[in-house]
Amino acid sequence: MSELLTAARPRLDGTFLERIGLGNIALVIFLVIYPAVASEFFIVQIGAYSLIWGMLALSLMILAGYGGMVSMAQISIAGVAGYTVAIFGMNHTGVHGFGWPFWILVPFAVLLAALVAGLIGLISNRTEGIYTIMITLAVATGFFYFTQQNYALFNGHSGFAGIDAPKFWGINWRAPVPFYYLCLGCAVLSYAAVLYASRSAYGLTLQAVRDNARRMRALGYDVTRHKVVAYFYSGLIAGMGGVLLVWFNGRISPGTIDVSAAINVLVIAVIGGMRHPIGPFLGAVVVVLIQTFAIDVVGAERYNTLIGLVFLLIVFASPDGILGLWEKAKLRAPREQVFSWIRCGRG
Amino acid sequence: MRSKINYALALAGMLMAPAMASAQDTMKIGVLATFEGAFTVLGEDGMRGAMTAVDEFHGMVGGKKIEIIKGSSDASPDSAVRAARKLVEQDGVKVLVGPLSGDEGLAIKDYAKTKPDVTFLNGSSAAQDTTLRDPAPNFFRFSTDGAQWMAGLGNYVYKEKGYKRVATVAEDYSFPYTQVFGFMAEFCKAGGHVPAKAWVPIGTKDYSSVIAAIPEDVDAIYVALGGADAVNFLTQYEQAGGKAPLIGGSITVDQTVLTSKGKIHDVLIGTPSAGPTADSNPSPEWKAFVAAYKKQPGAFPVPSLFAHAYYVNMKAALLGLQQVGDDVSDGGAKLRAALSKLVFETPTGKVSLDENRNAIADIFLTEVVKLPDGTLFNKLIKVTPQVNQTLGIPRDEFLKLGKVGRDNPSCP
Amino acid sequence: MSLTGETGAEMLAGGGFSRRHVWILAALVGAAVVAWLIFAIWPAWLSAALISKRAFFSAVLNGLTLSGLYFLVASGFTLVFGLMRNVNLAHGSLYLLGAYIGYEVTNRTGYWLFGVAAGFAVLAVIGVAMQVFVFRHLEGDDLRQTLVTLGISIVAADLMLAVWTGTTYQIPIPSWLDGAVTLPIVTAVRANGELIFLRYTFFRLVVLATAIVIGIGLWFMLNRTRVGMMIRAGVDDRAMLSASGINVHAVFAIVFAVGAGLAGIAGVIGGSVLSVAPGEDVRYLLASLVVVIVGGMGSITGAAIGALLIGLAEQIGLVYFPTYGVVLTFVIMVAVLALRPQGIMGRL
Repeated sequence: MSELLTAARPRLDGTFLERIGLGNIALVIFLVIYPAVASEFFIVQIGAYSLIWGMLALSLMILAGYGGMVSMAQISIAGVAGYTVAIFGMNHTGVHGFGWPFWILVPFAVLLAALVAGLIGLISNRTEGIYTIMITLAVATGFFYFTQQNYALFNGHSGFAGIDAPKFWGINWRAPVPFYYLCLGCAVLSYAAVLYASRSAYGLTLQAVRDNARRMRALGYDVTRHKVVAYFYSGLIAGMGGVLLVWFNGRISPGTIDVSAAINVLVIAVIGGMRHPIGPFLGAVVVVLIQTFAIDVVGAERYNTLIGLVFLLIVFASPDGILGLWEKAKLRAPREQVFSWIRCGRG
Repeated sequence: MRSKINYALALAGMLMAPAMASAQDTMKIGVLATFEGAFTVLGEDGMRGAMTAVDEFHGMVGGKKIEIIKGSSDASPDSAVRAARKLVEQDGVKVLVGPLSGDEGLAIKDYAKTKPDVTFLNGSSAAQDTTLRDPAPNFFRFSTDGAQWMAGLGNYVYKEKGYKRVATVAEDYSFPYTQVFGFMAEFCKAGGHVPAKAWVPIGTKDYSSVIAAIPEDVDAIYVALGGADAVNFLTQYEQAGGKAPLIGGSITVDQTVLTSKGKIHDVLIGTPSAGPTADSNPSPEWKAFVAAYKKQPGAFPVPSLFAHAYYVNMKAALLGLQQVGDDVSDGGAKLRAALSKLVFETPTGKVSLDENRNAIADIFLTEVVKLPDGTLFNKLIKVTPQVNQTLGIPRDEFLKLGKVGRDNPSCP
Repeated sequence: MSLTGETGAEMLAGGGFSRRHVWILAALVGAAVVAWLIFAIWPAWLSAALISKRAFFSAVLNGLTLSGLYFLVASGFTLVFGLMRNVNLAHGSLYLLGAYIGYEVTNRTGYWLFGVAAGFAVLAVIGVAMQVFVFRHLEGDDLRQTLVTLGISIVAADLMLAVWTGTTYQIPIPSWLDGAVTLPIVTAVRANGELIFLRYTFFRLVVLATAIVIGIGLWFMLNRTRVGMMIRAGVDDRAMLSASGINVHAVFAIVFAVGAGLAGIAGVIGGSVLSVAPGEDVRYLLASLVVVIVGGMGSITGAAIGALLIGLAEQIGLVYFPTYGVVLTFVIMVAVLALRPQGIMGRL
């Protein structure tokens, strides 16, 4: 993967506003006031759903963008967290449902997912490039079949239903507006964490490993450990996304984590662009909109063609996704002009 | 910076479209079926059945024009709930007919509980627990479930055909579990034995090993596979020189399999089966229904049980709406009261609901015959009248039999 | 230690038994056991443990013949990926398209062989088109190739669904290939002492034979002909090959044509043995990936070994571990990749 956007690096001088960037602030304001202007369907089915899938794609972006490892098993990691919530929390299927309170359950589920992710990282450690894609795809498919066939733990093809989001502080967190804010909070947290980590010592080391693992090994870095830790971090985000997903659906079954879901994560990450953490979220919004409204545009039967064509268009025209297109557009307005506008505006 | 703000504003504009206010003179009804993936053919036939009912009412109900909004799933429960959400929350339907497959039905039932002011009617989903255990007060199933569909078959093959030992081959999920349950409940009670049950993973294509592992001393093989799997199994069975006769599940000898091309005809002839419809039903109501169904584009020679189920449920919805004059302003309470008491004649006989809002209807015992022009049909042998969900057994005794699963029931 | 102080190994060596002799002895004993397994009537405990002799041998033979089919599909993939390093995730779609075309042609002309030929020809043309329009622009970029071919496969699958709908088709096998044959394997003894022999589908044996023939042909072409030499040279060093006056683009186009054509043939054969339905493309793509990864990229022998392993695992798993048999295939793939990332016969 080519180097990440340098444009995103904040100016270290200048005011606080300049450091964060006016555009980011506008985006945050919009996201916060969004529930006031959108319908209930759009708040949850488009808004919250995009944020959840954005988080899943973000977990892939960490591995692929910063680590150079494309993993198709992110949805399985999310599935581990989701199934943990279903099995150890409450469900109405009558199978398991040990009723752990959410404040133990959620950290446990996310941690378990991250550990499984680390395990996957360990397994695929010696592979690279297309081989990594294939071994993680095999893990994802194998896990899907296992959840489908096993009734003792995973309740097979039917899965678990009636999984409720928790109610605390007097709020039902699955009600449209609270749930949206919950997802927004988690997404912003993940985004900020990734952005911060990418500039930390670990993040830079990871990118160096991506660029030249041999040299890093020669310099004395433990390449394996860095890669596995990257999987662990991505597992934390994917796990959180998985918990939110199971609360969103209220259910989980093998169909949630099948091969097309795994490919969906990749499609979202690619369409959005993997050079900056905002990319996966952009991609998620686009894909969710297409998935929801394609049936009205081209009819139910051909919506797969529509998504496939959009995907092909993006990959051919702009390998870095929407972000890449935006980068090219931005090149027409030089940075200096923009920042002088701010300075002039402040008098 | 400015471009970023503009971009954000444009995005905001796109995302803002609230649900459109429903037009005052149309009645919106959502139809949820599988229009993606391997079950598409079945979903399309279900849609044809629903549209046959709509055409019977000439597209109007209670003075308003019927507006059908399609929801598409790929037979996975998640996609069904997502499609239902879009129909209910975005398109604003107050009456929803669907879904198609068993596991989807279980998921839609759970969703229905969260939307008490929307009335849900079944499509063709036939898993038992959708209504038997923990039912939703606003989910109505005017079609029968997979165990009901097997009524009469166990006794027929034991007594009339003389099969004492039968092996079963079925897919490994809830609907086949229900079908095998329905068959074995009668067959084992009559004295039959099932020495081997083969549960094949969904999507298995190569059955030759399964065929070879079936014990050789069985009198017949009960096959509850559907669609592509059934065609595969039957072809390989015929190629492997299979000798034991077959007993069919309801979707094994359905039109979608009978109209497949190939040499499987020889193997299928004489196979008994049972289900909610019979192709050669001589009743004039059935013939009228077939004629009306054939007017739909792309129709098969005979409607499949999916078309029939969607027809019955859609007709019930329209009858209910007609009774309350399209008035769903009270959250559908009047409509649901009307539906609970609804009794009407379908092409396959009288249909009414039990206390869990599951259908009580006639079940047809059939056998596959070959017509002079070479096509295969299910010939009607016997009608088992007014079968209820507990198969005539008292409810608490029936519930004690336990949930359907790989090992329940068992009579080796 | 013996009286004269020799160790056991020295005794063996000195007594005329070299290591090679031990191996030959072991192979002979093994062959004898296998022969007894095949031709003798099994004792009751063995039959009970393995369901029945008929079930066991059917599973093994089904596994072998399924391996043949997997090898046919995967051989095209390994040719393209192993040699040209082109990731073609649309390989499954090529298989499915070949199957549909084979079905149409066989139905219209009435000759199965025409169907096979049509499957090969049409897919070869499509293969050349893909090489020229898609892969030439994406040389070297693995991820982008993956994504583009993935997008193509999504669109292609949906378009094929539009044309042929979701109905399952069965390509009719010609009568001279149809039916069951009796193999010299005794499965049981009737009460009156009569031996019952195993009956097996003839066409599946034909599939296995075809796979072996094509496999040997491919190996021969690659390793013993001029064209094969050019292909291998072109992969190692394109510039040099081009400099020596050979049209590298034409060579690669031929390779892709052959690879895609093989997928087409596999599609027609698979559609005859099993059936044609939407979803087969994903299934055979996954199977090709597993076979090629396990066997090692770019190695025809590796693809054969991988296909054997996966085919046998699938069928034996289906009979003896029906619940988790499907997971077995992927467990094998993960295990191989974790322990030997280049595959069994691959070179890193």
